Amino acid sequence: MEFIEAVLLTVITASTPLLLASSGELVLERAGVLNLGVEGMMIVGAACGFAGTYHTGSIAIGALCGIFGGMLLSSVFAAVTLGLAANQVASGLALTILGVGLSGLIGAGYVGQKIDGAAHLYIPYVTDIPLIGKVIFGENAFVYFSVALIIGIWYFLYRTKAGLVLRAVGDNHASAHALGYPVLKIRTLAVLFGGGCAGLGGAYLPLAYTPFWVSGMTSGRGWIALALVVFASWLPFRLMIGAYLFGGITILQLHAQAFGLGIPSQLMSSLPYLATIVVLVAISWWRGRAGSPAPASLGLAFVPDR
Amino acid sequence: MADAALATAAPDKPVQPDELPLLEAAGITKLYGDFVANDAINLEIWPAEVHALLGENGAGKSTLVKMIYGLLQPSAGEFRWQGEPIVLASPHVARARGVGMVFQHFSLFEQLTVAENVALGLDNAELAGLDERVAEVSRAYGLPLDPKREVWRLSVGERQRIEIVRCLLQDPKLLILDEPTSVLTPQEAEQLFRTLRVLRKEGRAILYISHKLEEVRALCDTATILRGGKVIATCDPRAETAQSLATMMVGGEVGAVRSDGAKKLGNPRLVVRNLNLTPDDPHGVKLDGITFELAAGEILGLAGVAGNGQDELFAVLSGEVRADTPDVIRIDNTDAGRLSITERRRLGAAFVPEERLGHATAPRFKLSDNALISGHAASPMVRRGFIDRGQARAYVDRITKAYDVRKAKPDPEAVSLSGGNLQKFVVGREILREPRLLIVSQPTWGVDAGAAAAIRQAIIDLAGRGAAVLVMSQDLDELYEISDRLVVICAGRLSAPRQTRRADRGEIGMLMAGVGMKGRDHAARA
Amino acid sequence: MRLALERRAERSILMAIASPLLAVALTLATGAALFAVLGKPPVEALKIYFLDPLRDPWALQEIAVKATPLVLIAVGLSLCYLANAWNIGAEGQFLVGAITGGWLAVATHGTGAGYWVLPAMLVLGALGGAAYALIPALLKVRFGASEILTSLMLVYVAELLLDYLVRGPWRDPKGFNFPTTAEFDPVAAMPTLIEGSRLHLGAIIALLVVIWATVMLGRTLRGFEIKLVGAAPRAARFAGFNDKTLTVLTFAISGALAGLAGIIEVSATVNHLQPNISPGYGFTAIIVAFLGRLHPVGILIAGLFLALTFIGGESAQISLKVPLDLTKVFQGILLFYVLACDTLILYRFRVLLAPKVVHGVH
Repeated sequence: MEFIEAVLLTVITASTPLLLASSGELVLERAGVLNLGVEGMMIVGAACGFAGTYHTGSIAIGALCGIFGGMLLSSVFAAVTLGLAANQVASGLALTILGVGLSGLIGAGYVGQKIDGAAHLYIPYVTDIPLIGKVIFGENAFVYFSVALIIGIWYFLYRTKAGLVLRAVGDNHASAHALGYPVLKIRTLAVLFGGGCAGLGGAYLPLAYTPFWVSGMTSGRGWIALALVVFASWLPFRLMIGAYLFGGITILQLHAQAFGLGIPSQLMSSLPYLATIVVLVAISWWRGRAGSPAPASLGLAFVPDR
Repeated sequence: MADAALATAAPDKPVQPDELPLLEAAGITKLYGDFVANDAINLEIWPAEVHALLGENGAGKSTLVKMIYGLLQPSAGEFRWQGEPIVLASPHVARARGVGMVFQHFSLFEQLTVAENVALGLDNAELAGLDERVAEVSRAYGLPLDPKREVWRLSVGERQRIEIVRCLLQDPKLLILDEPTSVLTPQEAEQLFRTLRVLRKEGRAILYISHKLEEVRALCDTATILRGGKVIATCDPRAETAQSLATMMVGGEVGAVRSDGAKKLGNPRLVVRNLNLTPDDPHGVKLDGITFELAAGEILGLAGVAGNGQDELFAVLSGEVRADTPDVIRIDNTDAGRLSITERRRLGAAFVPEERLGHATAPRFKLSDNALISGHAASPMVRRGFIDRGQARAYVDRITKAYDVRKAKPDPEAVSLSGGNLQKFVVGREILREPRLLIVSQPTWGVDAGAAAAIRQAIIDLAGRGAAVLVMSQDLDELYEISDRLVVICAGRLSAPRQTRRADRGEIGMLMAGVGMKGRDHAARA
Repeated sequence: MRLALERRAERSILMAIASPLLAVALTLATGAALFAVLGKPPVEALKIYFLDPLRDPWALQEIAVKATPLVLIAVGLSLCYLANAWNIGAEGQFLVGAITGGWLAVATHGTGAGYWVLPAMLVLGALGGAAYALIPALLKVRFGASEILTSLMLVYVAELLLDYLVRGPWRDPKGFNFPTTAEFDPVAAMPTLIEGSRLHLGAIIALLVVIWATVMLGRTLRGFEIKLVGAAPRAARFAGFNDKTLTVLTFAISGALAGLAGIIEVSATVNHLQPNISPGYGFTAIIVAFLGRLHPVGILIAGLFLALTFIGGESAQISLKVPLDLTKVFQGILLFYVLACDTLILYRFRVLLAPKVVHGVH
């Protein structure tokens, strides 16, 4: 019982950064932009977040710093790909390299420092319910926010006119432009939103996961978040399921090692990446029959004619 | 002004001589650098008038209309709405004034529903209750739509209805239609005309862009004719003949295409027997039992509304898509169904696809590189894997001379040529190889009359030299002009072929709509 | 008043040459600002980073040594990118090449094998890299899975594989428990070109590859095929070229070159296998490919320039106490500027005036 509870808790903690980052990426991909730089934005968010909390002692300020760092970085991406119609794949890679480098610079002074991690909710009696108490009622603010975020995104995309317009822009940017919608403005806002979410997802790591800064601490989660969006067929609720699934796989290695199964640790560490490949292949193959649900303008540059 | 109002009033509406025109263009000019797209255009559109805007491709119709709808701004001149000067700064402003536009290329979103698409075209759409309003309005005007259906499932004619309903829900005073019947069967076009007459009775004005002269004469009260960006004439099309309108549009007599009388046909060059093909694309059209023969020296015309299997048929005939078995397609007595396009070219076949930029040519590549696209198969341009650029450039020069291709420099990028010139290059590239079989799709779409005539003549001459030619076209006039036999494709099935001279247009129209196709009723792409 | 992009009628040759130069200039300017923010003297720092290495013969050789893997990998990547196949996993293919080539060195260690060892290692390295690159290529062609994500995931897998091998089965028993293999025998090491320097035969190999790629891309039908498939896929199909074949082919060549670079690097510089054999060559090579405008000669120049940033970064770390991460920042900024300036090749800027407003009707 306790063991299952422990597993569930670790799954949620591992999944939350994935959910946060991929939620933002989902929105901007629905608008037709492909930003591969999630890893760069996440790690900058991690460095900024740690720095923010270290200096102020406040998790909230750290989170805001993380969001801000991610947004700032994504604005460079927006300027180049949306303002100058540059190749989105290459720009995303540039963003990753830049982000990783910047995070190292920002975080250089904080290596070895510690902070107090995010607090967990506690409701007397409720949180003490065995098995589900801590899992549902004992999480930190990031977890609750991540769930609220994905629900909010669902509502936005499917129940508001603004969300409908965003989906339309991703479906056919030429038509949206012909109808008078400001395609580039909408995409820019979506990119900034995605940057903020990625930054927050990155900030989660030093603020709630492991309370210190280490260079490269995102370890490829940004890339997994990208795969998640594809896995979810760009649909919000499937994204949530996927995030918890992948989080579970990431955490599997720790538990397997605890069991002392004698499997090389590197193999266990490689599981999330191998799983991502397997899932991508399965989804693409299964979907190949039905036609792609990807937003049709995804990754295509848009230059309005006069 | 009053005379014009008298002449153009609908029969059942009384005329007030001091009424103002709904929309007036005064000296409207549009410059793109040195190029004058519109030159001091003066135009009046009155309420309850169906006003045609005639002109060939490149005459400036699209530019003018985009300015009326607020998508472009004039370089000089002004618009007046009911006498008051107005700046149509954006489509939003135009719609607020009461201008609606149905473009030739729809602004639709495939993965979204009809109602969602309509909502996106409206300015202040309330999503609540929209489904009912869409169903109601579409039914009331004779253009029924199911609001919950996703657009990718709809036929082209149904998609056009979405565009029209979008406009109607905003209560337009002026409705602009750009070449609306180019994607419709004759019967669907009739339905559209009925709707337009209802709108005119309601007092709305309609600006109708078309190059189909018979249609304009049947439907419109006034016609303004553009040529080279200027207004050449404003007249009553019913008082003119199609010939006189065409002369005004083109500025001179258009040479009729010469073709020799009765032909002596050779052996079958292309034999297609019971071709069935399920496309990979789930939105594609399944080809069902396609069977026909094409003899040497013959031109076979394939008529049909867009989206009924022409693309799929072209792809499998050219070899871009392989057939299921080798023997369903035979070229010159060789089983060709599983051969690649390169191998078919080596058998003497040549192909001209519908899309000149992106399919027939690579837009940002030079013409000499584009010559390699079909030329590498069997020509001195490629020797043992190495490219001979000199040969490629020489070939481009030959095409330029033979087809009078106008370009800014000897070897420019494909995208810099005008539509007509690029099409001449693409057609010339294939015909100069003296193919024994030519399959061409939409040979003169979007091409000016001069180039179109040259291309059609080249096709006829090629057949005269003994080649077998298959022409797929949405332009029935063109097919009647150049083909020996006519066949119709609808929902992936082929009708029985008829001699063109004896083919009745009404019957062809019905076949295009799926009526009478092999005894079963197939709705066209519904 | 606003600025808008307008498509040029033809690509501007002037901008095609000026764009990378402009990008470098902008990067230097941004770099100066960055140094100022970090509290280092800007001009002095730029000098140490970019100029000083050019005046030191040892540094010049090091630039050539560092440029060798960059150029080899980038030439391969350029073939992929021209064909619109996005190989992001060159880093992983580099490592696998080092592993497969290194296997032979480890297997023949101390056995007195002959001179055939090194060439065989190079071949094995290339084959290993090619095979590893075929995984994402085949997954893309057969299942439609994004080659960007699959090739990237495989980078992490390759890193972990190398880590496992050098800590486990291949670890040098006499190595005091350090995670490395035994030192390679002399027959398994790349010969140097100049006595006493680190400049090795790999540089010549890289130059030969550049020449081969230039001829292949510019003069052969295969090169035309590669360029057409990426520029206009439908036209390529119309020409009878198969984009799937080309995805597989370009990935295989690219993987082979990256794997070759991997085994060359290992047998020339460190002479054994260890967990860290690449400071991110596979990713830096992506920047080299774009900076070199996807052209082999451009890549040669760009590779030398980026190698310069590595060397400069190392010496700046020592003399200015600037973290090595700054090099990554420079490289990322450089790629952004390259992409931004590239826009000017296809588009130009136009200043648009807003429409006049009359009688309050707007």
